[in-house]
Amino acid sequence: MYISMSDREGGKKDHVAPGSAAARTAFRLSPVIIWLGIVSMVTDISSESVAAVLPLYVTGFLGLSTIAFGVIDGINQGASAIVRIGAGWASDRSGHPKRVAVAGYGLSMLARIGFLFAGGFWAVAGIVTGDRIGKGIRTAPRDAMISAAAQPDYLARSFGMHRMLDNIGAAVGPLLAFLILMLIPNGFTTVFVVSLAFSVIGVAVLILMVPGRSRNAPPPAAAAAPFFRRPQLKWSHLKHRGLARLMLTAGLLGVLTIGDGFIYLLLQSRESFAVQWFPLLYVGTNVAFLLFAIPLGRLADRIGRVKVFLAGHIALLLCYLLAGLPAGGITATLGCLLLLGLFYAATDGVLAALVSRLATPGSLGTALGTAQTIVALSRMASAAGFGVLWYALGAETAVMAVAVLLAIALGASAMLLRTATETAEP
Amino acid sequence: MSRSRQGTAENTPAVPEDAAGGTAGTGVPEPAADAPARGLRRLVVLLAVVALTLAAAGVYAVWSFQETASGQEAASAVRVGTADALPGEPFVMFRNTAPGQGYGQAATVPLADPSGERALTGEACYRVYATRTLVSCLAISNGVPTTFEAAAYSSDLEPVTSWALGGIPSRTRISPDGSLVATTVFVSGHSYDSAGLSTETVIHGVDGTDYGNLEDFALLSGGTGITAPDRNFWGVTFVPGHPGDFYATATSQGNIWLVRGSLAGRTLTVVASGVECPSISPDGTRIAFKKSTSGTLLGHRNAAVLDLGTGAVTVLAEERNLDDQIEWLDNSTVAYGLLRDDTGRDSDIWSLSTSPEAVPKLLIEHASSPAVVH
Repeated sequence: MYISMSDREGGKKDHVAPGSAAARTAFRLSPVIIWLGIVSMVTDISSESVAAVLPLYVTGFLGLSTIAFGVIDGINQGASAIVRIGAGWASDRSGHPKRVAVAGYGLSMLARIGFLFAGGFWAVAGIVTGDRIGKGIRTAPRDAMISAAAQPDYLARSFGMHRMLDNIGAAVGPLLAFLILMLIPNGFTTVFVVSLAFSVIGVAVLILMVPGRSRNAPPPAAAAAPFFRRPQLKWSHLKHRGLARLMLTAGLLGVLTIGDGFIYLLLQSRESFAVQWFPLLYVGTNVAFLLFAIPLGRLADRIGRVKVFLAGHIALLLCYLLAGLPAGGITATLGCLLLLGLFYAATDGVLAALVSRLATPGSLGTALGTAQTIVALSRMASAAGFGVLWYALGAETAVMAVAVLLAIALGASAMLLRTATETAEP
Repeated sequence: MSRSRQGTAENTPAVPEDAAGGTAGTGVPEPAADAPARGLRRLVVLLAVVALTLAAAGVYAVWSFQETASGQEAASAVRVGTADALPGEPFVMFRNTAPGQGYGQAATVPLADPSGERALTGEACYRVYATRTLVSCLAISNGVPTTFEAAAYSSDLEPVTSWALGGIPSRTRISPDGSLVATTVFVSGHSYDSAGLSTETVIHGVDGTDYGNLEDFALLSGGTGITAPDRNFWGVTFVPGHPGDFYATATSQGNIWLVRGSLAGRTLTVVASGVECPSISPDGTRIAFKKSTSGTLLGHRNAAVLDLGTGAVTVLAEERNLDDQIEWLDNSTVAYGLLRDDTGRDSDIWSLSTSPEAVPKLLIEHASSPAVVH
């Protein structure tokens, strides 16, 4: 499906007549992708509404122990990153990505119930851990289902569609939570109840509307294709197909992705705008991400996913320069938010599309999970490393140093991916 | 639940068709022949689930809204009056946490009659501190997004100055001469997908001078600088008689230090270990603090006193977990807030003599964040 014979032909056609609409099948958005997008949207409303008020809630009764909470959260993020490979593998092995996804969404839903009864440090820490692990479990099988439902020619666009819905949820969630607290002072329990309701809706949409499918059953078309006559492909074969190079690139670029928080701090220290606008910077990035998710996905399908993936990192590089150079102003700040949004829109779904294209059907979940783990862990390493650089060199010098490294890494990535994808990408 | 299970089971046989649809080149799963009817049935079930959950959440929200509104309008659980200025006689300022009208407001009681009628200032403060001439009020404003503000008021309770805070208020102190305000807040969400929390401690001049974040001060230990990026600072206490000198807590790499700070030199020098949330006594000889029983940032905290002359540490006779910056009632008695329950909404202020055989006494019920002004 994802890299079947028809897929490869599609790629070759692109190569002969780039951008020619006549050469491709017409775009038809699968309802499965919309439903999965809705699942992600309501789940993000659920999780982001809690995330927006959790610090305030937790400090209310944990006081200064809240600092120790940050340490636990770091451990959770690591665990959540690693669990992605396992969940991807489980969805491949079982042939039921939907069941694995239901387990992930379900675990997060149970965590929401826990919030209604939580008291004390370890209870809250345990619940947050459950939520994060749930998120880690669901991501790879969900992307595998999107990939399976998408037309190979329109993979990036389909992921873009999903990411747009996902980010609408991420923008609405905090808004909803703040509104509840505005109307009901100390209304944390109400936030948790509303969050649980959206979480239940997410799980219900997934169970009822998204078809389950078995990947163990060999797809007839793939069996007919000469290239896939062998029942199982070896990992070495994946390597040959460039998946390993893609993963290496993702890790390399991830290590140089310092995280929005640092960029916002840079912008804020230079512009000295009031600290209370900080949360709105996230909103700005988020809105840019959701607006550009589909257009950049379409562009990636048309001119090449590698090109858009790398161009997204150029946007990140430009944002580093805007944040690091002395010339400032509100234009620079807004430009940086726009560039960050472009970066996410050009890389998040596009990477999933690239992985889907390079992985074999039987290892799709594992490949997607591995890519996510690599991205998450490399960005964690990046944040830690940049924190050290920040104090050692000063903020501006540090970000310029990372910008130079990113420029070099982009050159290396272009070389790596050119050889990696010349067989699979236009 | 039975419907859901049935749904999953029903779906499995349709799988190869989905797969076939995907490989045919269109990528769009073709529905089975009886799929439309089944799809409709599922849609109806889904709409029912959506309607029920949203209705349940909505009913809870409305109920909660009404409960909160009637709770706010109810008469206060304690005797209250209103204040238009700080009292002339010695007093205790605190955050009133008695349910009903005036919840969350800064209030005062006479030091001579702490359980008497409390005078509400009308200002909602999450943390509050006071001297003869100045009140420091750290407030949370519920908006979109939630914002945090520090405000200073004169002894007539008129606003003097205010500035935005970068996070959730945790501690505030005023220098004895009323010229400096120290604030500690929790900063969260400094990364795209992380709820990582850290503290930010800032010293602000009432005249508008911003002395900046303690993270930008040089942290010195035994003559060498500590530059680890995980440094955190909180709980400033100003040294009486030494303008611009203060003590605070510093943590890094799992260490908890007492540091002595100098505004003039912009330095923080480690003077002791294991001392958290320091509070210097009025005579400047002792520091009351939170002592972690595990020696780490997690776990139970005892109230303790450090003698600055001898370095001797005395653990006080309070067995409950302490999470407050201790305040001194006089040179031999401390006061601190303790939560009444798990919700974190209501506290009491207790007093305790620093002598070993002392017993904690309830000082002010339904109150937190004490400041004693003689």
